Amino acid sequence: MKFDYNTRYRDSFKLLRHADQRIAYGLLLAALIALPWLASKFFIGELSYVFILCIASLGLMVLTGYTGQVSLGHAAFVAVGAYAHAWMLLKGVPLLVSLPLSGVLCAAFGVAVGVPAIRVSGLYLAMVTLAFSVIVTHVIGHWSSVTGGFTGLAVNNPVIWGVALGGPKAFYFLCLTVLALVLLALLNLLRSGLGRDFLGVRDSEAAAYSLGIHVSRVKVIAFALSAGVTGLAGALLAHHTKYLTPDAFTLVLSMELVLMVVIGGLGSLRGAVLGAVLISLLPTLISRIKPLLPDQIAKQFGLETFIFGLILALFVLFEPTGINGRWLKLRALVESFPLYRRDTFKRGKRYMKSERYK
Amino acid sequence: MSAAQVFAQLTVNGIAVGAIYALVALGLVLTYKATEVLNFAQGDLLALSAFIAWGLIAVAGVSFWWALLATVAISAMLAYAIDVVVIRRIAGQPQFAGVMLTIALAFMLRGATSMGFGPESRSYATPWTGQTSTFGGVGGVVIANLQLVIVGMALGVTAALLLFFKSTRLGVAMQAASQNQLAAYLNGVRVKQVNSLVWALAGATAAAGGVLLAPITLVDVTLWFVVLKALAALVLGGFGSIAGAIVGGLLIGLIEQYAGVYLPDGSKDVVAYVVLIAVLIVRPQGLLGEAHGKRV
Repeated sequence: MKFDYNTRYRDSFKLLRHADQRIAYGLLLAALIALPWLASKFFIGELSYVFILCIASLGLMVLTGYTGQVSLGHAAFVAVGAYAHAWMLLKGVPLLVSLPLSGVLCAAFGVAVGVPAIRVSGLYLAMVTLAFSVIVTHVIGHWSSVTGGFTGLAVNNPVIWGVALGGPKAFYFLCLTVLALVLLALLNLLRSGLGRDFLGVRDSEAAAYSLGIHVSRVKVIAFALSAGVTGLAGALLAHHTKYLTPDAFTLVLSMELVLMVVIGGLGSLRGAVLGAVLISLLPTLISRIKPLLPDQIAKQFGLETFIFGLILALFVLFEPTGINGRWLKLRALVESFPLYRRDTFKRGKRYMKSERYK
Repeated sequence: MSAAQVFAQLTVNGIAVGAIYALVALGLVLTYKATEVLNFAQGDLLALSAFIAWGLIAVAGVSFWWALLATVAISAMLAYAIDVVVIRRIAGQPQFAGVMLTIALAFMLRGATSMGFGPESRSYATPWTGQTSTFGGVGGVVIANLQLVIVGMALGVTAALLLFFKSTRLGVAMQAASQNQLAAYLNGVRVKQVNSLVWALAGATAAAGGVLLAPITLVDVTLWFVVLKALAALVLGGFGSIAGAIVGGLLIGLIEQYAGVYLPDGSKDVVAYVVLIAVLIVRPQGLLGEAHGKRV
């Protein structure tokens, strides 16, 4: 067990309070920085992709995990970010301007979507976002003058101050930097007043409203923030895929993003990252274990979809707090070893909460 | 063809497709009212049913009617099992859990369907394939007999369901359980079993929709997409009302057909979603739904 022993007020502001946390995260960072010189090119490329998905998943986590607004159409924001970035690069805007600008543009877009969308909540919001993303994909497919339509749009290689970042190593560091910045920003934002407002709106809109939180404004801000972060991920994704077509941003991507935040554990940034890592590496893992399976199963089309579904179902049924919840439980078990009780994390009895008014 | 003829033809096509949307929407309403779970897996049940019907008709050589019956039975049992094994466990959890769980089930069904049948699309013959009837003499409207059968079947299923809910013991028990589970339980309704039976009913309507839809499109995994159109239909008609599901389904079918001809190219694919968003923002209770508040 660890106890906080603060001697100054600033001690409690630190993000990493204990020496072992600092060592662990420091080692992780060192390992990530050293990796490009140790691992293969292919692996570095894959890892950049994982980082991009981590950013997108963080974006969705702000909205779904912290503000409680379900979005089944976040691929639309990824798409808008990607296309905006690619288009600006084509027009000669430098990367360092275009990257944040595509995030800002996406945030504005998020406001445009959020203002009408927050009129409905829960299930209806899920449907609105879903319908909306289908429409966005369609518009991208038909707006050929800007997006290249279904034939696609080639993306210029990333260049900063005349230095080409096209290689896997350089791009890896670009993604890592953006991920680290986004993570730091969100960590700090979520413990600020606005972040507390998010939690309030998630846990009870009525209670938040009576405490003076402007619920609809907070929701729109959450939409904008989430869209902006997701748009950044989209901009990076444009460089990863190098060629944009509307097919890359269908419902499947939206669903994968939702899968990441649910499996990672709603309401935790660590969960968003862990979920993204698991989901983005799952196809590779599945293709690795395929040779071990009997031929009839391994050769089947659709195995991946089935496994995705199975994992999601198992998490919803048996571990609703996700990987992050499981991690916290494991840590509690280790830290309080002989004293751990099975019931520590037992869920309280919940009663049917009806959406209907009867 | 004259403009009026085109319009009449579109109307007929729209009603036929809309009848299928209505059937799927009906299945969604049933499970939503019973267990407060919006079943995103309904479309995949439909697709699976279409594949099973294909297997029975084109491979095993079973006649259409027997295949229809068998498919409905299989799908009903599958839906019953889904409720007993999976959905029942999350009763009382937030709605989001239900959404995620049915999406997971949808993935699993989709994966299992492609694993079992392979990715290529196919078609099967019905007793009415290729037959048409002409109405209104020369220059009249040509209607495929299959479309008439689809509309007839959809109407028949709806009428049967309404009758079932109104005048059988089990139907009334289902209504009671959906209105107030505790009160129904205290009056001797076996709520869990009744809810599972509602799921079975929803599975049966999905199967009927699948067997009828596949001949006018193709037997393919992507058939699951009708669940999104059915959602638009539900929202348009008013969530949670059976009449609303039917009206909404037919309207969405019609709107899609008209949009395909009278609106710019490509709008046919998205018009249903535009309607969904517009209705939710302008009139969230839909055309026929009652406004409902939320308990705090």
